[in-house]
Amino acid sequence: MSDFEPKVVAFVCNWCTYAGADLTGTSRIKYASNVKIIRFPCTGRIDFMLLLKAFANGADGIIVSGCHPNDCHYTSGNFHAKRRWIMFKELMDFMGIDMNRITFSWVSAAEGAKWADVVNTTVARIRDLGPYVSYKELVNKSVEEEVKNE
Amino acid sequence: MNNLINRAKELLENKTVQVVIGYEAGPTGVARPAFITDPARAENLIFDERCVQNLAVYLTKTEVKKMGKMAIMATLPVMRSIMMLISEQQVFAENIVVLGISPERSLLDIADIQVMQRYIEKSDLGNPVKDKELLAGLNKLNPKERFEYWQKELSKCIKCYACRQACPMCYCTRCTVEVNQPQWIPVQSNTHGNMEWHILRAMHLAGRCISCGECGRVCPVGIPCHLLTMQLADQVHNYFNVYAGTSDKMSSVLSTFEPNDKESFII
Repeated sequence: MSDFEPKVVAFVCNWCTYAGADLTGTSRIKYASNVKIIRFPCTGRIDFMLLLKAFANGADGIIVSGCHPNDCHYTSGNFHAKRRWIMFKELMDFMGIDMNRITFSWVSAAEGAKWADVVNTTVARIRDLGPYVSYKELVNKSVEEEVKNE
Repeated sequence: MNNLINRAKELLENKTVQVVIGYEAGPTGVARPAFITDPARAENLIFDERCVQNLAVYLTKTEVKKMGKMAIMATLPVMRSIMMLISEQQVFAENIVVLGISPERSLLDIADIQVMQRYIEKSDLGNPVKDKELLAGLNKLNPKERFEYWQKELSKCIKCYACRQACPMCYCTRCTVEVNQPQWIPVQSNTHGNMEWHILRAMHLAGRCISCGECGRVCPVGIPCHLLTMQLADQVHNYFNVYAGTSDKMSSVLSTFEPNDKESFII
């Protein structure tokens, strides 16, 4: 367990968090290298299915981040995203999927330090939680089920 | 009951509607949906404890739409479905005559959409009592137990999509599961893929589910999948103070927003 390195996927919006993460780099702030950033045009584009697919493909944690409310490049994408995440979170809680593994945040293009902080706290939390064994087992079991059914 | 038959006959005779959608007794004694176009056949209409199907699902079918103006037997969930379909512009109020049925199984006088709206508003819009109990029971479990519970239930799913077919709100002619580029949901049945399908279905019905419970009732393997959408219906009311299907002008919950929507988990 001690050599466990969390895999974290970050879904970020192009206009705020991606630029914010860029600023983290240009400011020479160090942060955990466990995160793999995927750039989206807007948080409103981030489909909840992508989060599920990230878990299914071996992610131990997820970060979803975009512009602060009222700062969306497309005016309202993040407000729509917010409502969707509220519903998604409630559904995930109801189905028993671990929401501690998903961090939702607003990081603006000026918040390079906040981005480093978001990544570091998320990676530290996932490190404590360990690999997402129950979800991985579910996915692996499905592979076995397929073989059995054929 | 006679009121209902007379009203249906009258509507068909004076050509106010071309088809009456209701229930009739099938040959084996089960109630089945009836599409009555001939006034003489209006006598076949029944309404008793066997008539549980949500008939609003037929309103969006091309075959039924082609018949012309429709009258439909509607209990409260059906009325809410109709309201929701009107608000989503899938059917039009002027094409529908509602033969409202009260919980005491008598004919309600629903002259137009405004009357129906007032009737819906003064009814109980929460989830059915027995489902409320099931939801409360599940919400008491810890997350791990809930995960196991749903894993066990969803492993039974055979991907027949009866839940989708029975749902009046699932009217897309091309559903995500029929799309294979990209293939969001695996075609074959496996627990993980089944779970993805049910999450997808519940999310697409968030703020639209009118708590009729048809999806769970029609499931051939008995998965209580209506609990997923009902939980979200509860939460939609909790967060946004909205009940689906209460007004013909309501806007969809997930495609609108309020700047001050409250949440506590975004840092």
